[in-house]
Amino acid sequence: MAQPQGLLFSKEHEWVSVDGDRATIGVTDYAQNSLGDIVYVELPKVGSTIAQFSNVGVIESVKAVSDLYTPMSGEVLETNGALENDPSAVNRDPYGAGWLFKLRLTGAGEASSLLSADEYEKIATE
Amino acid sequence: MPVQYSSILKEHDAVRHRAGLFDLSHMGQFWLTGDSVAQWADTLTINAVATMKPWQARYNIFCNDDGGAHDDTIFYRVGQRWLLVVNASNATKMWQHLNAHLPPDGVALRNDHGRAALIAIQGPRSVAILQPHVDVDVAALRYYFCTEGNVDGVPAIIARTGYTGEDGFELFVAGDAAPELWRSLLRDGAEAGLEPCGLGARDVLRLEAGMPLYGHELTEEITPVQAGQSWALKMSKPTFIGKAALAEQIERDDFSRIVGLMMQDRAPAREGYRVTRDGAAVGEVRSGSIAPSVGNKHIATALVERSAATLGTVVEVEIRGTAHAANVVPLPFYKREK
Repeated sequence: MAQPQGLLFSKEHEWVSVDGDRATIGVTDYAQNSLGDIVYVELPKVGSTIAQFSNVGVIESVKAVSDLYTPMSGEVLETNGALENDPSAVNRDPYGAGWLFKLRLTGAGEASSLLSADEYEKIATE
Repeated sequence: MPVQYSSILKEHDAVRHRAGLFDLSHMGQFWLTGDSVAQWADTLTINAVATMKPWQARYNIFCNDDGGAHDDTIFYRVGQRWLLVVNASNATKMWQHLNAHLPPDGVALRNDHGRAALIAIQGPRSVAILQPHVDVDVAALRYYFCTEGNVDGVPAIIARTGYTGEDGFELFVAGDAAPELWRSLLRDGAEAGLEPCGLGARDVLRLEAGMPLYGHELTEEITPVQAGQSWALKMSKPTFIGKAALAEQIERDDFSRIVGLMMQDRAPAREGYRVTRDGAAVGEVRSGSIAPSVGNKHIATALVERSAATLGTVVEVEIRGTAHAANVVPLPFYKREK
């Protein structure tokens, strides 16, 4: 399926929506579909500082535990608390209600190491 | 058999509320014939074989000399013959085991693993969906009994058995007849909500229903006594492999045992995670899953020391370095209303 335009993507199947020095991060539709029914997410702590492409949490489906990486560096401003009781929102609406965390961006020029929707599309459909 | 066809949780829901279809053709099917089968099998297993009535099915466990489980199986008494269904992962081992203990006469073995098919229909609508396809009255078939009949005109053994905690049937047919039967049942059952189901849903269903899975709750090292399967243990039988070891284990009563755990928070417990009590290691998780039929709690089985096995005990499951509290609860987690 086509990826939403205007987002940036990582090879690890995260998306990021950048708005000035703020960013919202989630996993792609391809990722949620590959994972299957998501039953738990463990997100980075609010206030912590995380580095681009580092392991910052886990996403668990019925069958498997998968590492979660951040596509950009920053300070964690907010996490999606609704996922604690309803992690399946990541399956239903990965680009909307299933968002994972928000960052105040601290790295410069990191966007250039991420993929456009069209570039990511090629990876996800390989 | 894939892990899932659509979604593990969707398939689980189908079996609990409508019906699901499972392709279990990977399981081992051995035919045992001859006058001495029951008497012989009773020396290899913990449950009674000779007392099975014609057309009865019975859960049974083969042990090693130390009492560990070699495999857990079901015997079907099909008229005067016996069908033994073994776990796929143990089929080769079990075939060797049976042959190594074969008496000089009175027992003949045939291995149909890989040739014979097994399709299970499980769930409250199983009778209604299956009945139009068969020439026997399936509603009249008793739980853990089987019969011969024709399914879509194909000769079959129809058994009221399963591994989901729901009502249902297992259909033993020739391998070459299975693909068309699979399609036919799915096509006609679709309106009643029948869905193809995979290994993932099967594992959640059996765990909720408190049924052991070989390699998890039962292994060569974990005995039926430890796994809470003593109900199937017939110590009145004169002799069988593992009997002495199991008798000693029961007498000492100091063994680690399988318990049910319910997580207090939303974190999933998974196989291999350490279980502690007040910080000290007492065992490990053997199976774990979200349990849609148990209020969407995360449940698990764990092999824990006797001191931590009492119902109501609070233990911790160590998940990525953090202790998450869990309660020791009775098994099964789920029991259907009859």
